[in-house]
Amino acid sequence: MLAKRIIPCLDVKDGRVVKGVSFINLRDAGDPVENAKFYDEQGADELVFLDITASHEKRQIILDVVMKTAEDVFMPLTVGGGIKTLEDIRDLLNAGCDKVSVNTTAVKDPYFISRAAEKFGSQCIVIAVDAKRVRDGMSDADGEAWFDDPALKDVCLKFPTDELTWAISTHGGRKMKLIDAVQWAKKMEELGAGEIMLTSMDNDGTKDGYDIELTRAISEAVGIPVIASGGVGTLEHIYEGLSEGKADAALAASIFHYREYTIREAKEYLKSRGIIVRL
Amino acid sequence: MIAIVDYGMGNLRSVEKGFLKVGVDARVVREPQAVDDADAVVLPGVGAFRDCIRNLAQTSMTESIMRSIQKGKPYLGICLGLQVLFTESEEFGIYKGLDVFKGKVVRFKTDLKVPHMGWNNVKILRRTPIFDGIKDESFFYFVHSYYVVPDDAAVVSATTDYGITFTSMVWKDNIFATQFHPEKSQETGLMILKNFGDFVRKA
Repeated sequence: MLAKRIIPCLDVKDGRVVKGVSFINLRDAGDPVENAKFYDEQGADELVFLDITASHEKRQIILDVVMKTAEDVFMPLTVGGGIKTLEDIRDLLNAGCDKVSVNTTAVKDPYFISRAAEKFGSQCIVIAVDAKRVRDGMSDADGEAWFDDPALKDVCLKFPTDELTWAISTHGGRKMKLIDAVQWAKKMEELGAGEIMLTSMDNDGTKDGYDIELTRAISEAVGIPVIASGGVGTLEHIYEGLSEGKADAALAASIFHYREYTIREAKEYLKSRGIIVRL
Repeated sequence: MIAIVDYGMGNLRSVEKGFLKVGVDARVVREPQAVDDADAVVLPGVGAFRDCIRNLAQTSMTESIMRSIQKGKPYLGICLGLQVLFTESEEFGIYKGLDVFKGKVVRFKTDLKVPHMGWNNVKILRRTPIFDGIKDESFFYFVHSYYVVPDDAAVVSATTDYGITFTSMVWKDNIFATQFHPEKSQETGLMILKNFGDFVRKA
């Protein structure tokens, strides 16, 4: 049986891990490669580097990190953040990463995903969907109206709305777009994305758990795997995301970084709750 | 020396580094002559079947690979490197493969998520030399939307369940090919690479 995946995520800025400095067993707690090895030994199923380096001129730094990681760590590696061109993707894949995750560039130009999937294969193109609940009182004045392309009309949010809906945000949550997250996820699948990395921007950093309704809505709407992200504070949260949320994989950052739980503890807990994991 | 065939289908670094990690001399090669000179051939690959076959032809690797197989040199196919051994694939239309094995490459028809992505159990039907020391039902990493359906069930050496039971490894004589990615399957996967290296040394 296919196991549900547990995926630790490392935020990397200028080649250094910016969270998780409290690790005690690492020679250099800020070294992404050391952290990757640590998670590898713990039995992580995949690894994500989220590159938050601001400058596009510094892309060589993350490439070096990926190259060094690929020498020692033999599990799937995804890199997200700052990917603007097909060359960026090619460079990352050649450096040794397996998948890239794209958000802002796809929102600017949805067909970037089809070009990327055509060139490199759907299996390595992950669409990062950063979604935020549309609140009462939000209107079409609260974000950019956009997409003149008739083929993309379906993904635009419709106002007023009575139903629970989610809008897309970009630039790491700083900008809102009037795009319906569920429709967007379907469109991205249609254009060739192979996986969805779904983050609730409402819950991210809260430790209140994943947005289960969002996770389930997207997971049921698409036929490609969904990674739940944003809000994990307990192992119970991971269980909820994989069971009620119907996610295929669970991504978490701080509970693993700050050693609240090991990957193994998380998996043993999930197994005790009847979830299939790789132990 | 083991030749890892580079035919322009993306990253081969993990495969090369995986062999290096377990002390096996395997190098990425871009010239057909290097494949002819090698003791064994590794054909990795992700992406579309059509592109794989086209790129192999354009880089003149097809003949070298076929010569190696016909001479009985050990062959390890990974993912697409398994699929291209078969007669034809239905991915993006019907495309002819190398026809080393009779059979088809077909898409998962299931309510489950496709691609089949992640760690799944491999059930060993026949113990091949490259499975030495590996427990039955071990987890390996998969990422694919198509799987092989061999005409001859005798070539199947391992299977995996995903809605249906599909062939996750074939073995005949010196030809080994896996649908999963040993180079992405941590220690268990590296053991496969090591075993293949040992097999090549003894062959």
